[in-house]
Amino acid sequence: MSETKQEIAELCRLRDEIVESYPEKVGRNRKRHLLVKGCDAQPAIDANSRTLPGIITTRGCAFAGCKGVVLGPIKDIVNLVHGPVGCSYYSWLTRRNFARPSDSGKNFLQYCATTDMQESDIVFGGEKKLMQALREVKETLDPEAIAISATCPVGLIGDDIASVARDAEAELGIKVFAANCEGYKGVSQSVGHHIACNTLMENVVGTEAPDKTTDFDLNIFGEYNIGGDLWNIRPLLERIGYNVISTYTGDASIHDIARAPAAKLTLLMCHRSINYATQMFWDKYRLPWLKVNYIGFEQTAQSLREIAAFFGDDGLAARTEQVIATEMERIQPELEHYRRRLTGKRIILFVGGSRAHHFQHLCEELGMEIIMAGYEFAHRDDYEGRQVLDEIKDSGLSKVVKDLQFELEAGFKPRLSEAEVSAKQAELEHLMKYEGMIGDMSQGAFIVDDLNHYETGIAIRRLKPDVFCSGIKDKYVVEKMGVPSRQLHSYDYSGPYTGFEGAITFARDIDMAVSTPTIRFMTPPWRQADQDNESVNGKEAAHA
Amino acid sequence: MRQVAIYGKGGIGKSTTTQNLTSALGEMGKKIMVVGCDPKADSTRMLLGGLAQQTVLDTLREEGADGVELDDVMKSGVHQISCVESGGPEPGVGCAGRGIITSIGILENLGAYERDLDYVFYDVLGDVVCGGFAMPIREGKAQEIYIVASGELMAMYAANNICKGIKKYADTGGARLAGIICNSRKVDGELELLTAFAERLGSQLIHFVPRDNIVQRAEINKKTVIEYEPECAQADEYRQLASKIDGNDMFVVPNTMTPDELEAMMMEFGILEAA
Repeated sequence: MSETKQEIAELCRLRDEIVESYPEKVGRNRKRHLLVKGCDAQPAIDANSRTLPGIITTRGCAFAGCKGVVLGPIKDIVNLVHGPVGCSYYSWLTRRNFARPSDSGKNFLQYCATTDMQESDIVFGGEKKLMQALREVKETLDPEAIAISATCPVGLIGDDIASVARDAEAELGIKVFAANCEGYKGVSQSVGHHIACNTLMENVVGTEAPDKTTDFDLNIFGEYNIGGDLWNIRPLLERIGYNVISTYTGDASIHDIARAPAAKLTLLMCHRSINYATQMFWDKYRLPWLKVNYIGFEQTAQSLREIAAFFGDDGLAARTEQVIATEMERIQPELEHYRRRLTGKRIILFVGGSRAHHFQHLCEELGMEIIMAGYEFAHRDDYEGRQVLDEIKDSGLSKVVKDLQFELEAGFKPRLSEAEVSAKQAELEHLMKYEGMIGDMSQGAFIVDDLNHYETGIAIRRLKPDVFCSGIKDKYVVEKMGVPSRQLHSYDYSGPYTGFEGAITFARDIDMAVSTPTIRFMTPPWRQADQDNESVNGKEAAHA
Repeated sequence: MRQVAIYGKGGIGKSTTTQNLTSALGEMGKKIMVVGCDPKADSTRMLLGGLAQQTVLDTLREEGADGVELDDVMKSGVHQISCVESGGPEPGVGCAGRGIITSIGILENLGAYERDLDYVFYDVLGDVVCGGFAMPIREGKAQEIYIVASGELMAMYAANNICKGIKKYADTGGARLAGIICNSRKVDGELELLTAFAERLGSQLIHFVPRDNIVQRAEINKKTVIEYEPECAQADEYRQLASKIDGNDMFVVPNTMTPDELEAMMMEFGILEAA
């Protein structure tokens, strides 16, 4: 958005007002997480640091990140949660990950498996019960593998789940692996993503080879996997002529993940979940990744062109243009319709560790104005770009999981030499590069890390958005304030929002939200009295 | 009913002292229950004459929460002392601290405390290492805390730490330090040192129990000294301890020391040489 100097100065004052309204120490902390672009000389932001006690945040925990986001969507394995029943029950199917049965005919996403620890398991240790549960899972469901996710008490009492996994693997004859993703670890769900990626690298990735390889082999990683995001992407890529080796986490099969190193390129959209794996893919297999964005039709088209450029094949390039042309022609009339209705609408995006950036392009393509954006669990590089990676210093609490260091695997022949990858990097804007959200935002953009409910209230009252996009934890707070909200966590039972088709679906959903006046007509009970008084006063005024 | 917990450094002789003390109180005609809060489950061995005791937590594990009966876990020892062992996990697994919380909760639900009792004694493992072991202090299960100590520095460190636990929960649980029991290690100047130490804590050295090999011999024979050799001098020491505790009314919130203060006091009494 183009802001005048005066408007930027007003936003700076609002930022200072928020900071000053806190107790001094809290204000100092929050100031580092609030940024008005154009206000500070150095646009830097603090991120991935612990939320202060007393602040109502929307963050999740390490378990939520590991089991809920990264391991949970693998369709042909059973995710066994070692802990009391609630951790498993309340993370059951909440993220709207979809999958079709794998080649083996298996799909266990609908299942919820837990050891249901009881008091005596806490006192005496839960390893025997875990072993028994693994046997029962194998016996009753016969999955391709079993992933164990640890909950808080498991870490407190010190159950050795890795050794139980090893014993079970030997006994049951299927892969069994364990993630020590106790919820209390780290500052948010982000560390859980990292733990899950490490677990997959140590136990799964590279253990199988694909049946066939072609010159155009891809992995599709981190497409958010909400409401079928993958299914708007994969057919486009296959129409162009790519061979998809592995998709993750959408429609993910454990065998495909095992085969992923055989690809020539990994497409990465979410830079804050599966990015740990793509980095390790480079270290261990010299498999490069390309930062793509399928949210927004122009973004999708640009990403498709860059993928084709990576492979440098004329046929691919030509078919890419064909696909883009066909799709654009198909959506153009609807696009114009929604653009007319949405132009000038003001939106706040507060979601994820990468989504608040990726949805901005689509909003802008639809003519909307982004007045505030922020992430729940991003790191500084998601805001400022990967060039700050070396500057990021981990505090004692943020670094609870180690970066696995891999050397190029002995005997593994990379599909491309390092020199070839370097040459391509010089040509391609997004090959193993990510510029972050701030650089893409205009002067006067308000950027908030770890937005809390108090600041949400201020943003709604003072910035007056037409629609607020976040998740379930603040959706109804926002709607009670009279502003429509769309969840970018679950897509509110809609979606998928990826690709050309998804752009229209998103536009339709936002149009419905901003054009439906219902929420603004509602007067909550605590406002009823004010309104009655107002009308009484009004009458009196008229009388006088 | 007086609720008493015995704390102290590991190996200092808490279980030995508790059993000899309760045996002497039993001899005086008091009605007593002893609850062992140590996963080793050896707090009532001498009172029961070595009888293998089924622990509360083992019973919970085998029978489930609804299957624990008071008769299964409570056995009557010398002088009709009711003996209960909380039990706990093998070393290195599970959570023994949580086990104690669970176990005392079960005993309460089963009405173990609703009988006509003069004393309940908790014999609690070692130092206050985590929340579970502090439970008798924290939740007001015990009102009087006695700390077994000797003139050795580590025993006094531990005693001082336990006092920190008592102080921390003094308002919530209401527990008070009732005295230091010296289980002598024949350290030089031990009586003077511990008398001064107890006074610094704002408390008292309630009794100095001398070292005597009769205690070991009785223990090997799975008996308290009072049962093994009722006429010996050591039996009288335990009787004196028992009558002092029975008449004790000095219950305080302790003044704890910093490690430097503790070491300075040791030096003052000539135990530590100034470096």
